[in-house]
Amino acid sequence: MVDILVTYGIPAAIIAAQSVFLLVCLLVFVAFILYADRKVWAAVGYRKGPNVVGPFGLLQSFADLAKFMFKELIIPAGANKGVFLIAPLLSTTLALSAWAVIPMADGVVISNVNVGILFIFAISSLEVYGIIMAGWASNSKYPFLGALRSAAQMVSYEVSMGFVIVCVLMTVGSLNLSDIVNSQAGGFWNWYFLPHFPMFVIFFISTLAESNRPPFDLPEAEAELVAGYAVEYSSSPYMMMFMAEYVAILSLCALTTILFLGGWHAPIDIAPLTWVPPFVWFWAKVIFLFFIFAVIKAIVPRYRYDQLMRLGWKVFLPISLFWVVATASFLVFTGTVPQ
Amino acid sequence: MEDLLLEYLPIIIFMGISGIIGLVLLVIPYFAAPSKPDAAKLSAYECGFNAFDDARMKFDVRFYLVAILFIIFDLEVAFLFPWAVSLGDVGMLGFWSMMVFLGVLTIGFTYEWKKGALEWE
Repeated sequence: MVDILVTYGIPAAIIAAQSVFLLVCLLVFVAFILYADRKVWAAVGYRKGPNVVGPFGLLQSFADLAKFMFKELIIPAGANKGVFLIAPLLSTTLALSAWAVIPMADGVVISNVNVGILFIFAISSLEVYGIIMAGWASNSKYPFLGALRSAAQMVSYEVSMGFVIVCVLMTVGSLNLSDIVNSQAGGFWNWYFLPHFPMFVIFFISTLAESNRPPFDLPEAEAELVAGYAVEYSSSPYMMMFMAEYVAILSLCALTTILFLGGWHAPIDIAPLTWVPPFVWFWAKVIFLFFIFAVIKAIVPRYRYDQLMRLGWKVFLPISLFWVVATASFLVFTGTVPQ
Repeated sequence: MEDLLLEYLPIIIFMGISGIIGLVLLVIPYFAAPSKPDAAKLSAYECGFNAFDDARMKFDVRFYLVAILFIIFDLEVAFLFPWAVSLGDVGMLGFWSMMVFLGVLTIGFTYEWKKGALEWE
Protein backbone atom coordinates (compact mmCIF):
# COMPACT_ATOMS: atom_id res chain seq x y z
CA MET A 1 0.00 0.00 0.00
CA VAL A 2 2.76 2.42 1.02
CA ASP A 3 4.76 1.36 -2.06
CA ILE A 4 1.89 2.19 -4.37
CA LEU A 5 1.51 5.60 -2.75
CA VAL A 6 5.21 6.34 -3.13
CA THR A 7 5.50 5.11 -6.73
CA TYR A 8 2.29 6.67 -8.03
CA GLY A 9 1.05 9.15 -5.43
CA ILE A 10 4.08 11.40 -5.33
CA PRO A 11 4.51 11.77 -9.12
CA ALA A 12 0.77 12.35 -9.45
CA ALA A 13 0.91 15.05 -6.78
CA ILE A 14 3.83 16.72 -8.55
CA ILE A 15 1.93 16.65 -11.85
CA ALA A 16 -1.17 18.03 -10.14
CA ALA A 17 0.87 20.87 -8.62
CA GLN A 18 2.41 21.66 -12.01
CA SER A 19 -1.01 21.60 -13.65
CA VAL A 20 -2.48 23.97 -11.07
CA PHE A 21 0.48 26.30 -11.47
CA LEU A 22 0.20 26.31 -15.28
CA LEU A 23 -3.58 26.80 -15.21
CA VAL A 24 -3.40 29.69 -12.75
CA CYS A 25 -0.67 31.39 -14.79
CA LEU A 26 -2.69 30.82 -17.95
CA LEU A 27 -5.88 32.30 -16.50
CA VAL A 28 -4.05 35.36 -15.15
CA PHE A 29 -2.42 35.72 -18.55
CA VAL A 30 -5.84 35.52 -20.23
CA ALA A 31 -7.02 38.35 -17.98
CA PHE A 32 -4.22 40.58 -19.25
CA ILE A 33 -4.69 39.42 -22.84
CA LEU A 34 -8.35 40.51 -22.62
CA TYR A 35 -7.20 43.89 -21.33
CA ALA A 36 -4.61 44.12 -24.13
CA ASP A 37 -7.25 43.26 -26.72
CA ARG A 38 -9.47 46.10 -25.51
CA LYS A 39 -6.56 48.54 -25.30
CA VAL A 40 -5.43 47.79 -28.88
CA TRP A 41 -8.99 48.08 -30.14
CA ALA A 42 -9.35 51.41 -28.34
CA ALA A 43 -6.00 52.75 -29.56
CA VAL A 44 -6.90 52.05 -33.21
CA GLY A 45 -10.03 54.17 -32.73
CA TYR A 46 -8.18 56.97 -30.84
CA ARG A 47 -9.95 56.04 -27.63
CA LYS A 48 -8.45 55.39 -24.22
CA GLY A 49 -9.94 51.97 -23.46
CA PRO A 50 -10.14 50.69 -19.88
CA ASN A 51 -8.16 53.11 -17.68
CA VAL A 52 -9.91 53.35 -14.32
CA VAL A 53 -9.30 50.12 -12.37
CA GLY A 54 -5.69 50.00 -11.17
CA PRO A 55 -2.72 51.72 -12.88
CA PHE A 56 -3.57 52.26 -16.59
CA GLY A 57 -6.66 50.11 -16.03
CA LEU A 58 -4.48 46.99 -15.75
CA LEU A 59 -6.81 45.34 -13.25
CA GLN A 60 -9.92 45.82 -15.39
CA SER A 61 -10.31 42.10 -16.15
CA PHE A 62 -10.17 41.20 -12.45
CA ALA A 63 -12.90 43.75 -11.73
CA ASP A 64 -14.95 42.18 -14.52
CA LEU A 65 -14.36 38.73 -13.01
CA ALA A 66 -15.66 39.90 -9.64
CA LYS A 67 -18.64 41.55 -11.32
CA PHE A 68 -19.60 38.38 -13.19
CA MET A 69 -19.42 36.34 -9.99
CA PHE A 70 -21.99 38.55 -8.25
CA LYS A 71 -24.42 38.79 -11.16
CA GLU A 72 -27.69 36.92 -11.06
CA LEU A 73 -27.58 33.58 -12.85
CA ILE A 74 -30.56 33.49 -15.21
CA ILE A 75 -31.55 30.20 -16.82
CA PRO A 76 -34.40 30.73 -19.31
CA ALA A 77 -37.58 28.84 -18.46
CA GLY A 78 -37.62 27.01 -21.81
CA ALA A 79 -33.96 25.97 -21.66
CA ASN A 80 -32.63 22.48 -21.01
CA LYS A 81 -31.01 23.29 -17.69
CA GLY A 82 -28.46 20.50 -17.65
CA VAL A 83 -27.11 21.02 -21.17
CA PHE A 84 -27.34 24.78 -20.70
CA LEU A 85 -24.91 24.62 -17.77
CA ILE A 86 -22.70 21.84 -19.14
CA ALA A 87 -21.97 23.81 -22.34
CA PRO A 88 -19.78 26.53 -20.72
CA LEU A 89 -18.15 23.93 -18.48
CA LEU A 90 -17.29 21.79 -21.51
CA SER A 91 -15.96 24.78 -23.47
CA THR A 92 -13.73 25.88 -20.62
CA THR A 93 -12.40 22.41 -19.82
CA LEU A 94 -11.61 21.61 -23.45
CA ALA A 95 -10.01 24.98 -24.16
CA LEU A 96 -7.75 24.61 -21.13
CA SER A 97 -6.92 20.94 -21.81
CA ALA A 98 -5.08 21.78 -25.02
CA TRP A 99 -2.36 23.37 -22.88
CA ALA A 100 -1.42 19.98 -21.39
CA VAL A 101 0.67 19.15 -24.47
CA ILE A 102 1.95 22.56 -25.62
CA PRO A 103 5.71 22.77 -25.01
CA MET A 104 6.92 26.22 -23.96
CA ALA A 105 10.62 25.31 -23.91
CA ASP A 106 12.64 22.12 -24.22
CA GLY A 107 10.92 19.74 -21.79
CA VAL A 108 8.70 22.44 -20.25
CA VAL A 109 5.39 20.70 -20.87
CA ILE A 110 2.90 18.77 -18.73
CA SER A 111 3.06 15.71 -20.98
CA ASN A 112 5.29 15.36 -24.02
CA VAL A 113 3.10 12.78 -25.82
CA ASN A 114 4.29 11.57 -29.20
CA VAL A 115 0.99 12.45 -30.91
CA GLY A 116 0.72 15.96 -29.44
CA ILE A 117 -0.52 17.58 -32.64
CA LEU A 118 -3.32 15.01 -32.99
CA PHE A 119 -4.38 15.72 -29.40
CA ILE A 120 -4.62 19.46 -30.06
CA PHE A 121 -6.44 18.85 -33.34
CA ALA A 122 -8.94 16.58 -31.57
CA ILE A 123 -9.50 19.06 -28.74
CA SER A 124 -10.06 21.95 -31.12
CA SER A 125 -12.57 19.81 -33.07
CA LEU A 126 -14.45 19.03 -29.86
CA GLU A 127 -14.80 22.72 -29.05
CA VAL A 128 -17.66 22.88 -31.57
CA TYR A 129 -19.77 20.87 -29.12
CA GLY A 130 -19.67 23.56 -26.44
CA ILE A 131 -21.12 26.07 -28.90
CA ILE A 132 -23.70 23.71 -30.41
CA MET A 133 -24.88 22.67 -26.94
CA ALA A 134 -25.11 26.29 -25.79
CA GLY A 135 -27.11 27.28 -28.85
CA TRP A 136 -29.48 24.33 -28.73
CA ALA A 137 -30.08 24.26 -24.97
CA SER A 138 -30.95 27.97 -24.83
CA ASN A 139 -34.17 27.25 -26.78
CA SER A 140 -34.15 30.71 -28.30
CA LYS A 141 -33.81 31.75 -31.93
CA TYR A 142 -30.70 33.91 -31.89
CA PRO A 143 -28.52 31.41 -30.02
CA PHE A 144 -29.80 28.62 -32.25
CA LEU A 145 -28.90 30.42 -35.50
CA GLY A 146 -25.61 31.61 -34.03
CA ALA A 147 -24.65 28.09 -33.03
CA LEU A 148 -25.51 26.68 -36.48
CA ARG A 149 -23.41 29.31 -38.20
CA SER A 150 -20.57 28.88 -35.79
CA ALA A 151 -20.48 25.10 -36.13
CA ALA A 152 -20.57 25.22 -39.95
CA GLN A 153 -17.84 27.84 -39.96
CA MET A 154 -15.58 25.97 -37.55
CA VAL A 155 -15.83 22.64 -39.36
CA SER A 156 -15.26 24.29 -42.75
CA TYR A 157 -11.99 25.87 -41.71
CA GLU A 158 -10.86 22.84 -39.77
CA VAL A 159 -10.53 20.90 -43.02
CA SER A 160 -7.96 23.28 -44.48
CA MET A 161 -6.21 23.52 -41.10
CA GLY A 162 -5.84 19.75 -41.20
CA PHE A 163 -4.22 19.85 -44.64
CA VAL A 164 -1.85 22.61 -43.54
CA ILE A 165 -0.79 20.58 -40.51
CA VAL A 166 -0.18 17.56 -42.77
CA CYS A 167 2.18 19.68 -44.93
CA VAL A 168 4.28 20.59 -41.89
CA LEU A 169 4.21 17.01 -40.57
CA MET A 170 5.63 15.70 -43.86
CA THR A 171 8.61 18.05 -43.59
CA VAL A 172 9.18 17.07 -39.94
CA GLY A 173 8.33 13.37 -40.01
CA SER A 174 6.94 13.35 -36.48
CA LEU A 175 3.70 14.10 -34.63
CA ASN A 176 5.50 15.26 -31.49
CA LEU A 177 5.27 19.01 -30.88
CA SER A 178 8.79 19.25 -29.40
CA ASP A 179 10.22 17.46 -32.47
CA ILE A 180 8.40 19.91 -34.72
CA VAL A 181 9.98 22.83 -32.86
CA ASN A 182 13.45 21.27 -32.71
CA SER A 183 13.51 20.62 -36.45
CA GLN A 184 13.28 24.40 -36.89
CA ALA A 185 16.36 25.16 -34.77
CA GLY A 186 19.23 27.31 -36.05
CA GLY A 187 17.67 30.60 -37.09
CA PHE A 188 14.58 32.12 -38.63
CA TRP A 189 15.52 30.87 -42.13
CA ASN A 190 14.79 27.34 -40.85
CA TRP A 191 11.32 28.23 -39.60
CA TYR A 192 8.56 26.70 -41.67
CA PHE A 193 6.79 29.96 -42.42
CA LEU A 194 9.33 30.51 -45.22
CA PRO A 195 9.09 27.26 -47.24
CA HIS A 196 5.38 26.91 -46.42
CA PHE A 197 4.54 30.59 -46.71
CA PRO A 198 1.11 30.16 -48.42
CA MET A 199 0.22 27.56 -45.80
CA PHE A 200 1.26 29.94 -43.03
CA VAL A 201 -1.13 32.57 -44.37
CA ILE A 202 -3.96 30.05 -44.77
CA PHE A 203 -3.36 28.66 -41.29
CA PHE A 204 -3.36 32.09 -39.71
CA ILE A 205 -6.60 33.12 -41.41
CA SER A 206 -8.16 29.76 -40.52
CA THR A 207 -7.27 30.27 -36.86
CA LEU A 208 -9.16 33.57 -37.03
CA ALA A 209 -12.21 31.73 -38.40
CA GLU A 210 -11.79 28.79 -36.04
CA SER A 211 -11.84 31.05 -32.98
CA ASN A 212 -14.79 33.13 -34.29
CA ARG A 213 -12.68 36.27 -34.30
CA PRO A 214 -13.35 39.26 -36.55
CA PRO A 215 -13.53 39.43 -39.56
CA PHE A 216 -15.18 36.01 -39.19
CA ASP A 217 -17.25 36.72 -36.05
CA LEU A 218 -20.53 35.91 -37.81
CA PRO A 219 -21.86 33.77 -34.95
CA GLU A 220 -21.81 36.94 -32.87
CA ALA A 221 -22.68 39.39 -35.62
CA GLU A 222 -24.35 41.80 -33.20
CA ALA A 223 -26.30 43.63 -35.90
CA GLU A 224 -28.25 40.49 -36.81
CA LEU A 225 -27.84 37.92 -34.05
CA VAL A 226 -27.30 40.12 -30.95
CA ALA A 227 -24.62 37.97 -29.29
CA GLY A 228 -25.02 34.66 -31.14
CA TYR A 229 -24.91 31.50 -29.08
CA ALA A 230 -24.30 33.46 -25.85
CA VAL A 231 -27.52 35.54 -25.91
CA GLU A 232 -29.25 33.71 -23.07
CA TYR A 233 -26.17 33.43 -20.88
CA SER A 234 -25.46 35.61 -17.88
CA SER A 235 -23.21 35.66 -14.87
CA SER A 236 -20.30 33.21 -14.70
CA PRO A 237 -21.44 30.86 -17.52
CA TYR A 238 -21.25 33.86 -19.87
CA MET A 239 -17.79 34.67 -18.60
CA MET A 240 -16.74 31.05 -19.06
CA MET A 241 -17.87 31.00 -22.69
CA PHE A 242 -15.71 34.03 -23.43
CA MET A 243 -12.81 32.89 -21.29
CA ALA A 244 -12.85 29.63 -23.26
CA GLU A 245 -12.77 31.62 -26.48
CA TYR A 246 -9.72 33.59 -25.40
CA VAL A 247 -7.92 30.50 -24.10
CA ALA A 248 -8.64 28.83 -27.45
CA ILE A 249 -7.26 31.86 -29.28
CA LEU A 250 -4.09 31.64 -27.21
CA SER A 251 -3.67 27.94 -27.90
CA LEU A 252 -4.15 28.53 -31.63
CA CYS A 253 -1.51 31.29 -31.48
CA ALA A 254 0.76 28.85 -29.64
CA LEU A 255 0.10 26.20 -32.30
CA THR A 256 0.97 28.67 -35.08
CA THR A 257 4.17 29.52 -33.20
CA ILE A 258 5.09 25.86 -32.89
CA LEU A 259 4.29 24.91 -36.48
CA PHE A 260 5.62 27.94 -38.33
CA LEU A 261 7.56 30.36 -36.12
CA GLY A 262 10.14 28.05 -34.55
CA GLY A 263 8.53 27.71 -31.11
CA TRP A 264 11.01 28.67 -28.40
CA HIS A 265 14.02 29.19 -30.70
CA ALA A 266 15.61 32.61 -31.07
CA PRO A 267 15.39 34.18 -34.56
CA ILE A 268 19.18 34.22 -34.93
CA ASP A 269 21.57 32.02 -32.95
CA ILE A 270 24.00 34.73 -31.81
CA ALA A 271 25.06 35.81 -28.35
CA PRO A 272 22.66 38.46 -27.02
CA LEU A 273 19.61 36.73 -28.45
CA THR A 274 20.48 33.29 -27.06
CA TRP A 275 20.77 34.70 -23.51
CA VAL A 276 17.04 35.31 -23.51
CA PRO A 277 15.37 32.20 -22.02
CA PRO A 278 13.56 30.03 -24.64
CA PHE A 279 10.38 30.36 -22.63
CA VAL A 280 10.42 34.13 -23.22
CA TRP A 281 10.84 33.68 -26.99
CA PHE A 282 7.86 31.37 -27.08
CA TRP A 283 5.60 33.81 -25.28
CA ALA A 284 6.93 36.78 -27.24
CA LYS A 285 5.86 35.06 -30.47
CA VAL A 286 2.46 34.11 -29.04
CA ILE A 287 1.89 37.70 -27.89
CA PHE A 288 3.00 39.02 -31.28
CA LEU A 289 0.43 36.79 -33.02
CA PHE A 290 -2.24 37.84 -30.56
CA PHE A 291 -1.39 41.47 -31.22
CA ILE A 292 -2.07 40.85 -34.92
CA PHE A 293 -5.38 39.20 -33.95
CA ALA A 294 -6.30 42.31 -31.96
CA VAL A 295 -5.34 44.73 -34.73
CA ILE A 296 -7.31 42.70 -37.29
CA LYS A 297 -10.33 42.91 -35.02
CA ALA A 298 -10.05 46.68 -35.02
CA ILE A 299 -9.38 47.39 -38.70
CA VAL A 300 -11.09 44.70 -40.81
CA PRO A 301 -14.83 44.80 -41.66
CA ARG A 302 -16.91 41.67 -41.14
CA TYR A 303 -17.30 39.04 -43.90
CA ARG A 304 -20.67 38.00 -45.29
CA TYR A 305 -21.61 34.38 -44.63
CA ASP A 306 -21.48 33.26 -48.28
CA GLN A 307 -18.06 34.95 -48.67
CA LEU A 308 -16.86 33.11 -45.60
CA MET A 309 -17.95 29.72 -46.92
CA ARG A 310 -16.54 30.47 -50.38
CA LEU A 311 -13.17 31.40 -48.89
CA GLY A 312 -13.04 28.22 -46.83
CA TRP A 313 -14.24 25.67 -49.37
CA LYS A 314 -13.34 27.16 -52.75
CA VAL A 315 -10.06 28.94 -51.99
CA PHE A 316 -8.33 27.47 -48.95
CA LEU A 317 -9.30 23.84 -49.49
CA PRO A 318 -8.03 23.52 -53.11
CA ILE A 319 -4.84 25.47 -52.36
CA SER A 320 -3.98 23.43 -49.28
CA LEU A 321 -4.85 20.16 -51.06
CA PHE A 322 -2.53 21.16 -53.89
CA TRP A 323 0.19 22.09 -51.41
CA VAL A 324 0.01 18.66 -49.76
CA VAL A 325 0.63 17.02 -53.16
CA ALA A 326 3.36 19.54 -54.01
CA THR A 327 5.17 19.08 -50.68
CA ALA A 328 4.98 15.29 -50.86
CA SER A 329 6.25 15.24 -54.47
CA PHE A 330 9.06 17.65 -53.67
CA LEU A 331 10.21 15.62 -50.66
CA VAL A 332 10.01 12.27 -52.45
CA PHE A 333 11.60 13.30 -55.75
CA THR A 334 14.44 15.29 -54.22
CA GLY A 335 15.05 12.48 -51.72
CA THR A 336 14.75 14.82 -48.73
CA VAL A 337 12.05 12.87 -46.87
CA PRO A 338 12.88 12.85 -43.13
CA GLN A 339 13.51 9.31 -41.89
CA MET B 1 2.58 -0.42 -23.12
CA GLU B 2 2.41 0.88 -19.56
CA ASP B 3 4.88 3.67 -20.34
CA LEU B 4 2.67 4.78 -23.18
CA LEU B 5 -0.34 4.93 -20.88
CA LEU B 6 1.62 6.73 -18.18
CA GLU B 7 2.35 9.52 -20.67
CA TYR B 8 -1.36 10.21 -20.79
CA LEU B 9 -1.88 10.25 -17.02
CA PRO B 10 -0.70 13.90 -16.72
CA ILE B 11 -3.20 14.86 -19.42
CA ILE B 12 -6.04 13.22 -17.48
CA ILE B 13 -4.95 15.01 -14.30
CA PHE B 14 -4.65 18.30 -16.17
CA MET B 15 -8.12 17.90 -17.70
CA GLY B 16 -9.53 16.97 -14.32
CA ILE B 17 -8.09 20.07 -12.69
CA SER B 18 -9.32 22.34 -15.48
CA GLY B 19 -12.74 20.73 -15.10
CA ILE B 20 -12.67 21.47 -11.37
CA ILE B 21 -11.71 25.12 -12.03
CA GLY B 22 -14.62 25.38 -14.45
CA LEU B 23 -16.99 23.78 -11.97
CA VAL B 24 -15.94 26.17 -9.19
CA LEU B 25 -16.54 29.17 -11.46
CA LEU B 26 -19.93 27.75 -12.42
CA VAL B 27 -21.03 27.17 -8.82
CA ILE B 28 -19.93 30.50 -7.28
CA PRO B 29 -22.95 32.59 -8.46
CA TYR B 30 -25.30 30.08 -6.81
CA PHE B 31 -23.94 31.24 -3.47
CA ALA B 32 -22.67 34.74 -4.17
CA ALA B 33 -25.31 36.19 -6.47
CA PRO B 34 -28.89 37.21 -5.78
CA SER B 35 -31.67 35.22 -7.41
CA LYS B 36 -35.06 36.85 -8.03
CA PRO B 37 -36.53 35.15 -11.09
CA ASP B 38 -39.81 36.28 -12.67
CA ALA B 39 -41.66 35.24 -15.81
CA ALA B 40 -40.40 38.10 -17.99
CA LYS B 41 -36.82 37.61 -16.90
CA LEU B 42 -36.90 33.91 -17.68
CA SER B 43 -38.50 34.18 -21.12
CA ALA B 44 -36.38 33.69 -24.23
CA TYR B 45 -34.88 36.89 -25.64
CA GLU B 46 -36.61 38.05 -28.80
CA CYS B 47 -36.13 41.83 -28.96
CA GLY B 48 -38.69 42.48 -26.25
CA PHE B 49 -41.54 40.58 -27.90
CA ASN B 50 -43.01 37.34 -26.65
CA ALA B 51 -41.47 34.43 -28.52
CA PHE B 52 -43.48 33.53 -31.64
CA ASP B 53 -43.02 29.77 -31.64
CA ASP B 54 -40.56 27.11 -30.59
CA ALA B 55 -36.94 27.95 -31.31
CA ARG B 56 -36.17 24.40 -32.45
CA MET B 57 -37.37 25.25 -35.90
CA LYS B 58 -36.58 24.24 -39.46
CA PHE B 59 -33.20 25.39 -40.68
CA ASP B 60 -31.38 25.53 -43.99
CA VAL B 61 -30.43 22.10 -45.32
CA ARG B 62 -27.07 23.49 -46.44
CA PHE B 63 -25.79 23.34 -42.86
CA TYR B 64 -26.43 19.61 -43.04
CA LEU B 65 -24.60 19.43 -46.36
CA VAL B 66 -21.60 21.22 -44.88
CA ALA B 67 -21.54 18.67 -42.06
CA ILE B 68 -21.50 15.79 -44.57
CA LEU B 69 -18.72 17.36 -46.64
CA PHE B 70 -16.78 17.99 -43.45
CA ILE B 71 -16.97 14.32 -42.48
CA ILE B 72 -15.58 13.26 -45.87
CA PHE B 73 -12.67 15.68 -45.79
CA ASP B 74 -11.89 15.29 -42.11
CA LEU B 75 -11.71 11.51 -42.45
CA GLU B 76 -9.36 12.03 -45.33
CA VAL B 77 -7.15 14.31 -43.24
CA ALA B 78 -7.14 11.69 -40.49
CA PHE B 79 -6.06 9.19 -43.16
CA LEU B 80 -3.22 11.53 -44.24
CA PHE B 81 -1.67 11.95 -40.79
CA PRO B 82 -0.03 8.49 -40.47
CA TRP B 83 0.98 8.59 -44.14
CA ALA B 84 2.63 12.02 -43.69
CA VAL B 85 4.87 10.94 -40.81
CA SER B 86 5.87 7.65 -42.45
CA LEU B 87 6.50 9.06 -45.93
CA GLY B 88 10.15 7.98 -45.70
CA ASP B 89 9.22 4.35 -44.92
CA VAL B 90 6.33 3.68 -47.30
CA GLY B 91 8.46 4.31 -50.41
CA MET B 92 7.24 5.00 -53.93
CA LEU B 93 4.31 2.57 -53.67
CA GLY B 94 2.95 4.38 -50.62
CA PHE B 95 3.49 7.75 -52.26
CA TRP B 96 1.67 6.82 -55.50
CA SER B 97 -1.22 5.08 -53.69
CA MET B 98 -1.88 8.26 -51.78
CA MET B 99 -1.64 10.34 -54.96
CA VAL B 100 -4.27 8.11 -56.59
CA PHE B 101 -6.46 8.46 -53.49
CA LEU B 102 -6.09 12.25 -53.54
CA GLY B 103 -6.85 12.22 -57.27
CA VAL B 104 -10.10 10.33 -56.70
CA LEU B 105 -10.95 12.76 -53.95
CA THR B 106 -10.26 15.74 -56.18
CA ILE B 107 -12.66 14.30 -58.78
CA GLY B 108 -15.32 14.07 -56.07
CA PHE B 109 -14.56 17.59 -54.94
CA THR B 110 -14.86 18.94 -58.50
CA TYR B 111 -18.17 17.10 -58.87
CA GLU B 112 -19.68 18.63 -55.74
CA TRP B 113 -18.38 22.05 -56.76
CA LYS B 114 -20.01 21.74 -60.23
CA LYS B 115 -23.23 20.45 -58.64
CA GLY B 116 -23.39 23.63 -56.60
CA ALA B 117 -23.04 22.02 -53.18
CA LEU B 118 -20.65 24.79 -52.13
CA GLU B 119 -22.91 27.69 -53.16
CA TRP B 120 -24.37 30.07 -50.56
CA GLU B 121 -26.14 32.92 -52.30
